[in-house]
Amino acid sequence: MQTRFPNRFLPYLLLAPSVIVVLIFFVIPSVQSLYLSFYRVAPLGNRKIFVGMQNFTRLFEDPGYLNSISVSVKFAGFVVLVGLAASLGVAVVANQRYRGFGVYRTMLIWPYALSPAIAGLIWAMMMDPSFGIAARFLRQLTGMRFSYLTNSTHALLFVAIAATWKMMGYNIIFFLAGLQGLPQELLEAAAIDGANAWKRFWRIAFPLLSPTTFFLFIMNTLYAFFQVFGLIHITTEGGPGRATDILVFKLYRDGFVGMNTGFASAQSIVLLIMVAALTIAQFHYVGSKVFYR
Amino acid sequence: MSTSTPALTNPIHTRASTWGRVRKRFLNPALAHGIMLVTVFFIMFPVLYALLLATQTPQEYYRLQLIPGNQLLVNAQQAWNQVNLGRLLLNTTYIAVVVALGKIALSIIGAFAFVYFDFKGKTFFFLMILITHMLPLPVRIVPTFELIDALGWINTFNGLTIPFFASATGILLFRQLYQTIPPALADAARIDGAGPLQFLWAIVLPISRTNVAALFLIEFIYMWNQYLWPLLIANADRTRVVQIGLKQLVATEAAVEWHYVMAGTIIAAIPPLIVLVILQRSLIEGMSLYEEK
Repeated sequence: MQTRFPNRFLPYLLLAPSVIVVLIFFVIPSVQSLYLSFYRVAPLGNRKIFVGMQNFTRLFEDPGYLNSISVSVKFAGFVVLVGLAASLGVAVVANQRYRGFGVYRTMLIWPYALSPAIAGLIWAMMMDPSFGIAARFLRQLTGMRFSYLTNSTHALLFVAIAATWKMMGYNIIFFLAGLQGLPQELLEAAAIDGANAWKRFWRIAFPLLSPTTFFLFIMNTLYAFFQVFGLIHITTEGGPGRATDILVFKLYRDGFVGMNTGFASAQSIVLLIMVAALTIAQFHYVGSKVFYR
Repeated sequence: MSTSTPALTNPIHTRASTWGRVRKRFLNPALAHGIMLVTVFFIMFPVLYALLLATQTPQEYYRLQLIPGNQLLVNAQQAWNQVNLGRLLLNTTYIAVVVALGKIALSIIGAFAFVYFDFKGKTFFFLMILITHMLPLPVRIVPTFELIDALGWINTFNGLTIPFFASATGILLFRQLYQTIPPALADAARIDGAGPLQFLWAIVLPISRTNVAALFLIEFIYMWNQYLWPLLIANADRTRVVQIGLKQLVATEAAVEWHYVMAGTIIAAIPPLIVLVILQRSLIEGMSLYEEK
């Protein structure tokens, strides 16, 4: 318990800047999003017509929106599952108390400083059908013509690889830190009891690692849904067709290209529900489980 | 471990030899290094290749020449002039520094208020600031845009900076630190007749140094990499940021000129990388802060 200074007004004064910014740019606009989601707004002028849940029913009948959900889930599924599995695999194999770990950390962390847009550009260059070194290597090796600008599956795979690549180093570093923090006595005891490395990992290390895994799961999910707009916009622009039209990209198109304000706000509210569920899950999980750190 | 007669095999010996086995963990060190090196190569290769390509002519990279060309300055100059990169870098540096410093200042005084004062509505204000974590831009994008429009902040630096000033991450970070300051310090300050602001300035601020560096790193990179918001409200020559400039660089009707684009990409990636290199030590403690929303 800290000592308290007896002052009635100062704490409010100190908090005022943060509270004002939060109110004006976060809380009020969010409430307005909810309000607008029940209205149809005329594209020109200020006429608003109350339409109840109609924006939401239209939303879930819109093939474009259902496509966006499917694209987002596939995209996030790749980023989270492939990204975490590969990172955990590398971390487990590399988990030794050797010298030079700090050097690896430095070499792994720097993609954190790159923007998703830059990650997208670099992979677009690597995968360029005629110039890209990765695309040409792939063609030499398998005969497959990788073309993210014309093939839907290739396009989604391409943005997912670029997004996963950017997060790999970050994930590996967290998994390594988590593995190094595991209680040695337990692994030791299991080894004495004759458990082999495979069992020691799945029965002991993996469950003990669950706080790290869960933390990374949340971080990667939020990243895949909310932070890759730039990657999509700078490379595929949602195409070809609507193959990479993730939810936030569709929201941007409907709200700011199509100027369909009420419809876009309904999409905002769906996203809000998703973030709220993730956040609550995170608090609930962290609150109810012991941290083995 | 030297062999000993069974009579001498005391628990300490058993323990030590098991340690030897457990320390091997899952695989041997050479393989661990090998896997790490392959991973580091996979993560570094695209950026190294981008750098290489930025030095070449189209003929050179079409041949997949793997030695650097001598076109780096020519390509960089072309990218620089094509989208007025100097101006974009200046704009982006300005907003990244202003937002990072603004968030740090607001977070420090806010956290100080939460830790060192009792006041009505403390929990309410705390929850209100925490809730910003649940409200990423896409959730409130239409009303926030309309608000910025109504304020006349489209294509202004106010619109690019002020909405970002609140930081739940920052307040949590400093609050956690201030709770660990020995209460005796504040007691002593009060007995000596120092007011809360004097205490903040003389004692709390110097203690905050490491966290200030960590938060500056996170927020600078976060702002440098902003894409959606600047695209919506600041896509004019005077206020454009470097990420959107890169989009202009690739948005050509003809085939993308990757040598120019990669030169521009490398230039756009350097400032956040420099900040990361200088300040990354400050992050080794609080790694969970790597993510900002």
